[in-house]
Amino acid sequence: MTVTIGVLGIQGAVTEHIKKLEQLPKVKAVLVKSIEALQQIDGLILPGGESTAIARILQDFQIFESLQKKITAGLPVWGTCAGMILLAKKILDSDMTHLGVMHITVKRNAYGRQLGSFSILETIPAISDQPIPLVFIRAPFALEAADQVEILHILDGKIVACREQHMLATAFHPELTDDLSFHRYFVKMVQQYKL
Amino acid sequence: MNERYNLNKNLAQMLKGGVIMDVVNPKEAEIAEKAGAVAVMALERVPSDIRRDGGVARMSDPKMIQEIQTAVSIPVMAKVRIGHFVEAQILEALQIDYIDESEVLTPADEDFHIDKTAFQVPFVCGAKNIGEALRRIGEGASMIRTKGEAGTGNVVEAVRHMRTMNQQIRKIQSASKEELMTLAKCYQAPYDLVCYVHEHGQLPVVNFAAGGIATPADAALMMQLGCDGVFVGSGIFKSANPLKRAEAIVKATTYFDKPEILAEVSNDLGLAMDSLDIRIMDEKQLFASRGW
Repeated sequence: MTVTIGVLGIQGAVTEHIKKLEQLPKVKAVLVKSIEALQQIDGLILPGGESTAIARILQDFQIFESLQKKITAGLPVWGTCAGMILLAKKILDSDMTHLGVMHITVKRNAYGRQLGSFSILETIPAISDQPIPLVFIRAPFALEAADQVEILHILDGKIVACREQHMLATAFHPELTDDLSFHRYFVKMVQQYKL
Repeated sequence: MNERYNLNKNLAQMLKGGVIMDVVNPKEAEIAEKAGAVAVMALERVPSDIRRDGGVARMSDPKMIQEIQTAVSIPVMAKVRIGHFVEAQILEALQIDYIDESEVLTPADEDFHIDKTAFQVPFVCGAKNIGEALRRIGEGASMIRTKGEAGTGNVVEAVRHMRTMNQQIRKIQSASKEELMTLAKCYQAPYDLVCYVHEHGQLPVVNFAAGGIATPADAALMMQLGCDGVFVGSGIFKSANPLKRAEAIVKATTYFDKPEILAEVSNDLGLAMDSLDIRIMDEKQLFASRGW
């Protein structure tokens, strides 16, 4: 079954995700910048970028509420880095949340400034039996997750990948590597929910 | 290619489709963040003031940079003089997110740029053409911006530089393999990077527009010409209504291909910054010719 997956195209690593999706069979990748485009997709990727900037545009163009409703109603969604922050129910040391749909508490810029950015090879059994390169760019992590959240990966005691039903969040950027396994995993998720 | 260099190129990828704004104090930085900037450039004087005041323009006071780092959660960039590797060492010690080795400041070395591979923090550099861009990348820059002509509020030079770069990229891309060494010679660019452009049809790093962007339409123009995002220097905080103009430029950069939205956000922004006609300026006043 072919699925249409959107990449939120406000700002950030948008084309990187689209290029990855285009390498997978039975996937149509589309750019999402409007409420109309939101109605035509089976799943959505919230890319890395600056969460404050992305949230600002989402609100100004009234995309925010429609998106929130769609996700609550079951639209499969995957947030990478800034996208993870957009999904989180709580942001540490902040009264603000964005979409607030996923039961995790995240810390922004959790590894510090750009000098703290790093990459590491890790094996994540739920995703692939091969080690996957994980790229963290001024990345967040999750400090806490509710019981219904499935923890996919922990790095140095911090949650860096997790899933709550139809919602996937990663603190790192699979779209910046040559590895397709996370995109494959998300496509499978989208296919399951389309059935 | 080493891991740190890749991580540094990756940070620039996260800024794509966004606006990086010049700010001179924490208050402006907060306004920029609120308006939706993806990063701020901390500097003592915006380019139009540097032009007006004259004298030597240097790296900013670390105290001011640190105050700005504390005030916002988005990446903070700062400028060093061309060739002034000690100013760069100081910014690295401050854990700056990006260093701009900038022609807007007074050059410290009239022969050599900084060896950017000696640093862990990333560098962005200005370029007027493909040769200049690839030389800076060869020295270790992980992001490029057009030079434009900073502090003029006149987008003509940014357009010239972006069009020149695009034409040269197309020329390299469509050349046959045996022409590449001669093109490298003609553009004074490293051969391996010319080969990269030939194969991929683009620079190996993110390419922003800068120098003279003053309106939402300017920002959208540069985006339609194919840049990855924009720097706005004097254009915001030297205008009549900085917050409103900043928000409008952010929206125009995201929806650069939607004229209805551009029309709406361009509405009633008040006066733009004071501007200059580059054709009547003295050669010596031009920043873009600095760099080698």
